[in-house]
Amino acid sequence: MPSWERIKEDFPIFRNLGSGYVYLDSAATSQKPMSVIKAISDFYLYNNSNVHRGIYRLSEEATEMYGRSRENVSNFIGSHDPGQIVFVRNATEALNLLSYTLGWELVSGDEILITIMEHHSNIVPWQFLQDKGIKLVYADIRPDGTLDMDDLQSKVSPRTKILSVTHVSNVLGTVNPVREIGKIAHDNGSTFIVDGAQSVPHMPVNVETIDCDFMAFSGHKMLGPTGIGVLYGKRELLEKMHPFMGGGEMISEVYRDHSTWADVPEKFEAGTPDIAGAIGLSAAVDYLRSIGMDNVMKHGRDLMKLTFEMEAEENIPGLLSYGPRNTDIRGPVYSFSIGEIPPFGVNQALVDDGIGVGTAIHPHDVASSLDASGIAVRSGHHCAMPLTHRLNTVATTRASYYVYNTEEDVRRLFRSLKRAAEVYSK
Amino acid sequence: MTDVEEKTEILMDHYRSPHNYGKMESPTAELLEYNPVCGDAVQMFVKLKGNMVEDVKFIGRGCSISQGSASMVTDMARGKSVEEIMGITPQHLLNLIGLPLGPSREKCALLPLNTLQKCLARLGRENVKI
Repeated sequence: MPSWERIKEDFPIFRNLGSGYVYLDSAATSQKPMSVIKAISDFYLYNNSNVHRGIYRLSEEATEMYGRSRENVSNFIGSHDPGQIVFVRNATEALNLLSYTLGWELVSGDEILITIMEHHSNIVPWQFLQDKGIKLVYADIRPDGTLDMDDLQSKVSPRTKILSVTHVSNVLGTVNPVREIGKIAHDNGSTFIVDGAQSVPHMPVNVETIDCDFMAFSGHKMLGPTGIGVLYGKRELLEKMHPFMGGGEMISEVYRDHSTWADVPEKFEAGTPDIAGAIGLSAAVDYLRSIGMDNVMKHGRDLMKLTFEMEAEENIPGLLSYGPRNTDIRGPVYSFSIGEIPPFGVNQALVDDGIGVGTAIHPHDVASSLDASGIAVRSGHHCAMPLTHRLNTVATTRASYYVYNTEEDVRRLFRSLKRAAEVYSK
Repeated sequence: MTDVEEKTEILMDHYRSPHNYGKMESPTAELLEYNPVCGDAVQMFVKLKGNMVEDVKFIGRGCSISQGSASMVTDMARGKSVEEIMGITPQHLLNLIGLPLGPSREKCALLPLNTLQKCLARLGRENVKI
């Protein structure tokens, strides 16, 4: 097992911010190790040129580096063919690409089945298709924050053309049984999409074992730079699909009245891509591989176990946390409230009836108070408003962990939370 | 006590024991506004006499900044004319609060003022007899 204190030293931002800084917002974006920062700056210092076009050595080198990055990412997620890796901006763009291209094939009355725990990026692109008469259906969660598989199964119908689920919830931390869900989708003839934004950074992921048709994830949540993300797609599906954006790089030939498309994956990569971003992502993959994804996953689970222990030990009045307690099906994400914060209408109805609604501490106050102690957490709906409302609240506070977090970080979180709870209690 | 500590204490007093909190019977105007990001809610009730704010109350739910600010805004608004209230700038309120707020929390601080001004502006547009 690696030394996690040692690993933290690979991330120069902690030296720059001061060693006491506790960053607990990796589910939003991760910090970057020196090797990633160096790979990006080295590309600009020594190799910068455009890919695919130049008949000169520098451009050929850049093209080769870009291609090697694609191969590296492909291997990392267990894809046997780098042509199945489309570089995009982020998971959001990958899912928009799918909504746009798969949407071409859908007709009024078709259904898309998602879950109530999706990030907005796996909701809103599908809502665009509602104008065409396509229905968006939500599978519910159980009280423990796991996906209600019976509800999901009951909502699969011959009209279900797409089943798109998150691998790991960015609020609950729930790890969904994607292999099982994939089988349900394929038995029904539905296209199966996995949002891997919170799984690929934190656990071993093999797209061929999961047997998903598509997977979307972002580079910046897995120690890579912002601006680069991945759409994995089975080759035969990508080949059949209509292109997303038109322009350079994605064409084979262009005439006045029509064009022909480049082969996959270039067909989906219009314009000059984020070459340095792809190279940075590849360096991030190398870094994660050097730790070992099994170790990364175990570290996340260990920190979650400690989190639950500290929660019991500190016993902060009114603290309510969400998501499964079994760390075998739990990503390193801890969302909680201090006191219940029901929607305003409900709140007022209770007050009008003379029922006290307690003394909740708003997540913004929790986050500001922690910030004053040098601890960065997120507060709000975490881009999952339907889930937040499903949890009968309007906002939560979220701490999320990664490889540079230590047990001391978790302890400091709870010590500071206890203080915040005292300061803000009415 | 530093200036920030003093200002924090003032805001927290408003948050813990808000002034002008509660519903109003038959107000001249009322408006409920939300900050969709965090679910902060402020509902303002205004009673006008002629062009003057005779009474102003609020109910709300949210963080210390939004609710503390609502209490301060209602204190500030009582006895002022509609024009005077419409002329209150966001910066004026932020100066009064006097805390270094980031851009997201400035939205919390400004929600009560925006709600009150919107409420009064709508009154004008709807041509309600005042």
